[in-house]
Amino acid sequence: MRLSSSCPTGTPCGRGSGFSRDSSSHGRSTASRLKPLLQVLFVALLAFAGVTHAQAIEPMPFADHAQELRFQHLTQQLRCPMCQNETLADSNAPIARDLRNQIFQLMQQGKSDDEIKQYLVARYSDYVLYDPPLKPGTWLLWFGPLLILCGGAGVVLVAIRRRGRDGGTSDKTTDSMPLDNEPADNGDDW
Amino acid sequence: MNRLLPFIGFMLLVALFGFGIWWNSRHDPNAIPTPLLNKPAPAFVLPKLYEPTQTVSKADLLGKPYLLNVFASWCVECGAEHPMLEAEGPTLGVQLVGYNYKDAPADAKRWLAEHGDPYNLLIADEPGNTAIDFGVYGAPESFLIDGKGVIRYKHIGPLTPDVVASELKPAIAALQQETP
Repeated sequence: MRLSSSCPTGTPCGRGSGFSRDSSSHGRSTASRLKPLLQVLFVALLAFAGVTHAQAIEPMPFADHAQELRFQHLTQQLRCPMCQNETLADSNAPIARDLRNQIFQLMQQGKSDDEIKQYLVARYSDYVLYDPPLKPGTWLLWFGPLLILCGGAGVVLVAIRRRGRDGGTSDKTTDSMPLDNEPADNGDDW
Repeated sequence: MNRLLPFIGFMLLVALFGFGIWWNSRHDPNAIPTPLLNKPAPAFVLPKLYEPTQTVSKADLLGKPYLLNVFASWCVECGAEHPMLEAEGPTLGVQLVGYNYKDAPADAKRWLAEHGDPYNLLIADEPGNTAIDFGVYGAPESFLIDGKGVIRYKHIGPLTPDVVASELKPAIAALQQETP
């Protein structure tokens, strides 16, 4: 921790606080008196934050630490069906708690991560997966951005060729392009 | 013509935006399509709400189509759906099975006494484990299950008169045409 060497934010101490000489020395002494208190407060807040985070997920009797890590990794890849912007690991919704318990039970039965994902997909569809599988229904999702990129590149390419031709610098290869069949433009579009 | 291109591009974006609004006004963005549609309902054995010592299984309900309505006393939208079930339930032509989801039995009974009980049969899933097999992730949800135990229709969220008229009743009519 670097608390002792730095000022907690929001306290009028150190440089640039804009006090006159007298009030600045007064301010410094107040701050130095406040400093230990603020440190204690800060540490207490940190500890409390840790407690609230731990409360979001109830303790489970894992067989070992490796299993606990595997559980956390798996639940972070799965989406809570109720509150769809949260992972199963983070969500405090009742269904998320039930599903975490279910995943825990399946782990104790020796099911693999893939089997557990299949279990959930069979009941809640691909929505529970944060990494959607590649299949005809998701082609647009996977390749849509590439399609838009190609479209944009095509537009840029056409614009560049037109400008080049208007500047009189076009070479033989662009002259033979079918673009030349279009009426010449004056370059003031775009 | 070339001067119009940016404007046309802009109008295309406006059209896409408008389509998004239109689409979301007709579809619940939170509804997850169930993979269980037209597949056999999961096997279950659950206690009756009023006689907890007696259980009901999937096999007990085979033979006649039924509407499985997931509800709970803590579910606000269930209260909105309930008057509709009270009014339309007897006219649907199928059994109405209430699935009490993650609820204390005492709370459920009090809620039913207050709001009315349109169900032909009430089963309780207090731990909510069987509901996972059905892909339930909230309440209310409704499943239309045919006489062979196959899920034929699912609705997530409250059954509104609109949904009943445009989706549920046609689905029930389709079932009744093939059963005789």
